Order: sequence, then C-alpha cells, then structure tokens
Amino acid sequence: MYEIVEGFLEAARLIVTLDADVMAIALRSITISLTATVLAGLVAVPLGAAIYFGTFPGRKSLINLIQTLYSLPTVVVGLLIFLFISRVGPFGFMRLLFTPTAMVIAQTVLVLPIMTGLTISALSGVDPVIRDTLRSLGATHLQFLANVMKEARFAILAAVAVGFGRAISEVGAAILVGGNIMASSFASSTRVLTTAISLETSMGNISESIALGILLLLIALAVNLVITTVQHR
Amino acid sequence: MIELEGVRKAFDSKEVLAGVTGRIERGEIFAVIGPSGAGKSTLLRLIDLLDTPTGGAIRVRGTDIHAETERSLSIRRMMGMVFQKPAVFNTTVAENIAVGLRFRRAREAAIREKVEEALEMVGLAGYEERRARTLSGGEMQRVALARAMVIEPAILLMDEPTANLDPVSVATIEDLVVRINRDLGTTILFSTHDMYQGQRLAHRIGVLMNGVFAQVGTPREVFTIPASRDVARFVGIENIVDGVVVGENGNAVVVAGGVRIRAAALPGPGERVSLCIRSEDIRIAPADAAMAAPGRNALPGTVASIVPRGPFSRVTVDCGFALSSVLAWKVVDDLGIREGSRVRVSFAPESVHAVQQE
Repeated sequence: MYEIVEGFLEAARLIVTLDADVMAIALRSITISLTATVLAGLVAVPLGAAIYFGTFPGRKSLINLIQTLYSLPTVVVGLLIFLFISRVGPFGFMRLLFTPTAMVIAQTVLVLPIMTGLTISALSGVDPVIRDTLRSLGATHLQFLANVMKEARFAILAAVAVGFGRAISEVGAAILVGGNIMASSFASSTRVLTTAISLETSMGNISESIALGILLLLIALAVNLVITTVQHR
Repeated sequence: MIELEGVRKAFDSKEVLAGVTGRIERGEIFAVIGPSGAGKSTLLRLIDLLDTPTGGAIRVRGTDIHAETERSLSIRRMMGMVFQKPAVFNTTVAENIAVGLRFRRAREAAIREKVEEALEMVGLAGYEERRARTLSGGEMQRVALARAMVIEPAILLMDEPTANLDPVSVATIEDLVVRINRDLGTTILFSTHDMYQGQRLAHRIGVLMNGVFAQVGTPREVFTIPASRDVARFVGIENIVDGVVVGENGNAVVVAGGVRIRAAALPGPGERVSLCIRSEDIRIAPADAAMAAPGRNALPGTVASIVPRGPFSRVTVDCGFALSSVLAWKVVDDLGIREGSRVRVSFAPESVHAVQQE
C-alpha cells in the first residue's frame, strides 16, 4: 500500500518537474502515433468514402472484413511488419527494424481498418433526408459527395481520433518492431509510453510507470476534449 | 405542368403505385391526400427524380423526365422539395439556404441578397448566423422552405410538410404556401394525410388510394361528391349506408336494412350502392313532432349514443342502420333526448350522394 502512495507522489514530482526522460518518452509517443494517425487518415477517409459511395461486387463482405479487423491484435500487426522488415524479410535492406519509422508503419497498418470502418459508419450516419435534400437542391454527383462528407465531418473526425487512441495505447507492435530502445539521440530511440511502462513495471520502478501511465491518460483526455469542443461548436 | 401517365412503382414485390394518372396545371396548388402508406411520398419522390418508376411516364412541361437521363440535373433544378422530416445541414441558417445557389455557382453578393430575401419571406429575418440545428422543428421547416424557394423553382414539391409540427407552425407554413403560390405563381404539389389541410390550401385534390387516384377534383367535389365508398370514408363522411336500388312507382329508391331511402340521383334498379350522407345534413326531431317537410326522408329510430365532440355532440341513431348527426349541446338539451329516446331522423334526398359499389 505504502509503495503505491509513494509511487503516486513520485509520479506527480516527475510530471510537475517536467522530468527530461519522461517528457522525451511522452513526446516521442505523440510524434510517432500522430504521424501514423495522419498517414492512416489520408488513406482511410478517402477509402472509406469510396467504399461507402461505391457500388461493386463484394462491397458488403469488404465492410464485414474491415469491421473484423477492428480487433486486429497489435502483436499480430507487429509480427507481420517484423517479418517484412527484418534482415531476412523482403524490405530488410531498408534497415527499418527497431526504428521509429517501423513503429509508424506498424501503427498505420494497425489503425487503418478502424478508421476506414468508422468513416463508413460516419457517412452512413448522415440522415437520408439530408441526402435527398442535397439531390433535390440540384447537386451534381461531386457536389453531392462533398456535401455528404461535410455533413459527416465531425463523425469522421471522431473516427480519426479513435485511430489515434488505438495507436498511442498499443504496446504489442511498438515493442516488436520498435524494440523499446533508449538511445542517445531522440530520433533514434524507440521507447514510447506504453513500452516504457511495460519495462519500468517489470523492473520494479513503479513510480515511473505510474507517471507514464498518467501522461498517457492525459493525452487521451486532451484528444477527447478537442473532439468534443469541435463537435459542440 | 406535370402529367402523370400510368405511373407505377414497386419496391421488391410490393406495388406502391399501381398506375397513377393525372395532370397538375401550371400555377395551381395540387394536394395529394390519402391514408398513410398510400404512396404519396413515393409519387413526389418520383417527380423529383429521387426514385425511378417501374412503369408509366411523368412529363414535366412535356418532357418525359425519367427518359432524359442526361438532362436529369437540369430537370431537377426546375424543382424544389420540402420533406416531411425537418432536416437542416449542420451549419448556419444562411449557409443552409445558400446551398442550392452554391450548387448553381451563384455570385456571393447575389447569394447574400437572396438568402436575406428568403429569410424575410419565411419570417426568420435576422436568423442568418444561427446554428440551424438549434432551431425548433417549425423553424427548421421554414428554413427548408426558404432553401427550396431561394432557387426560384417552377415547381415546389412538399411531402407532408407539416406532419411533425405544432399547430402554430402548421398555420405559418400553410400561410406561406398560399403566399408563394399567389405572389410567385409557383406550381405547388403537396401531399398530406390531413384532408382538411388539402381542403384549406388546394385548388384541386387527388385522393391517392391503393396506388391510384381514386378521385381528382376540387375540394368541394371531393368532399361533397366522393367518387367511391373509400374516398367517402377518408374525407370524413360519417354516414355510409350500403343498399340496393329498387324501382318504385317510376322513382328509384334504395333499400337498406329494410328501410327505404330516397336520393336525388341514383343508378338503375338492381345496382348495389353506398349512400353517403354528411352528418351536418341530418336533422333529429322527437318521434311525436310534426312530420318533416314532404319529400324529405324521415326515418324513425332510437338514440344509440350521444358522444361529446368539442362544443357539439355526436348523436347516433339506430334506424335499422346507424346514422349520426352533429348537434350543438343546447339543441340536444332542447330536444330532451338521451340514449334510448325514440326520435325521427330526417334528411333531404339532395343530401344523399350515392356511389356504386365495386
């Protein structure tokens, strides 16, 4: 019991004094996951729109597949990317293993299905009367697509935010392809909040773990706040 | 303006429209009335090119609108539509109304001017910067109307525009419909399940039942000389008596429930008919009162029920079949009638409208 209280006090000190190591880890987490989120969003939003507005054979099955991949295990994604970029893999020559780039790739792949799927849901959520209204007002096909997307913008933003949440909170892929390295330079280190918590806890550094855990929660909270503020505007 | 020729629409195997034929003239207000599920919305959606008919043709200004696929955008842009459910885009009121103008690449100054005018028309001046989602249902529907009108359509389609609104908003929208038609000459086609709204607003009414127009006519025609038993029921004729026409001394009468009824106009003997008699045309007198004027139908009966309805009472008399009259409270008191009282029901033959049974 004492250890836990002690841990929280120490955690508070680490955060309040902006402990350099802790801040570096938090910043790296945000950088990597945000990059992955932006990349995934650039693919997922247009892809989701194409699937939603498109008519092609196997569309329903594709949507089902995408929804199944929501719960894609992070270690499986890690393993997959590992196989591709390890020395013996097809992209081994690029020497990406245990780099932040590898983590970005893994997290992008990881959140693509959920972002695409939620984009499709966001567009399906647009009131059919709104769609009819756009047509009845004489929208061309393109004007129609653009305005349905516009109407779903907040739900699409939420889809992207959910993707970010999944990226920053995952540990399996980060540890497999990142390796939890604490190197001398910021850019070549791969230690992020989740992998650090895992390591510190296993080494008995409870207070560090708690501090990192609180930061992770604060980031999630901040993202949530931004989303709700935008949505209520 | 709009010609409907045998318009059919089936969803899967269910036929909603089974050959609707009719004309909507330029500059008129035409109401499509009918019970829920009669296909009113479907008909309007077909006209606005939101759905494709499974048969027949719809011509607007002579053009078969569903045949000219490459011109469908310009055809649709002749029309504006307001839907039953008030729906606004998630932006400001001004932007909502501007959408159709932006689709047409109107200039910014023109947009601003027209939006202002449209808001003025629907009584929402000063609402430009309000978030449309925060408006009440009635206000949203007025925004929808302004949004449809700002593009100056030749035809305004309205699908049960007041079905979800409070009475004050209904009155506002109805007033706007009349003004738009009168001041701008817009041809207006609207649907409603409220027959009185049809009567209040429309120059002509089409009664849509079982997928076809059971009757098309002026409100007066539809309400006084319904074309069928179903139409009579829908337009609120409370007394519909089924019987058979028989010849009697050179005159035709109808025998119903063992009682003889004279009517002004009847088909030949042997025909099965439904007699429609408006309750306000029926008089009730005590059984021992002086005989009714000669020529009137006078039937003895027993009061079956007296049910209050607003400032009136609906008195139902069993004369072998039920006949109802609507009387002021005071009249009921003066007559001294209550359930079980013996009375005499009378009505003129001219008040009896006979429709042949199918």
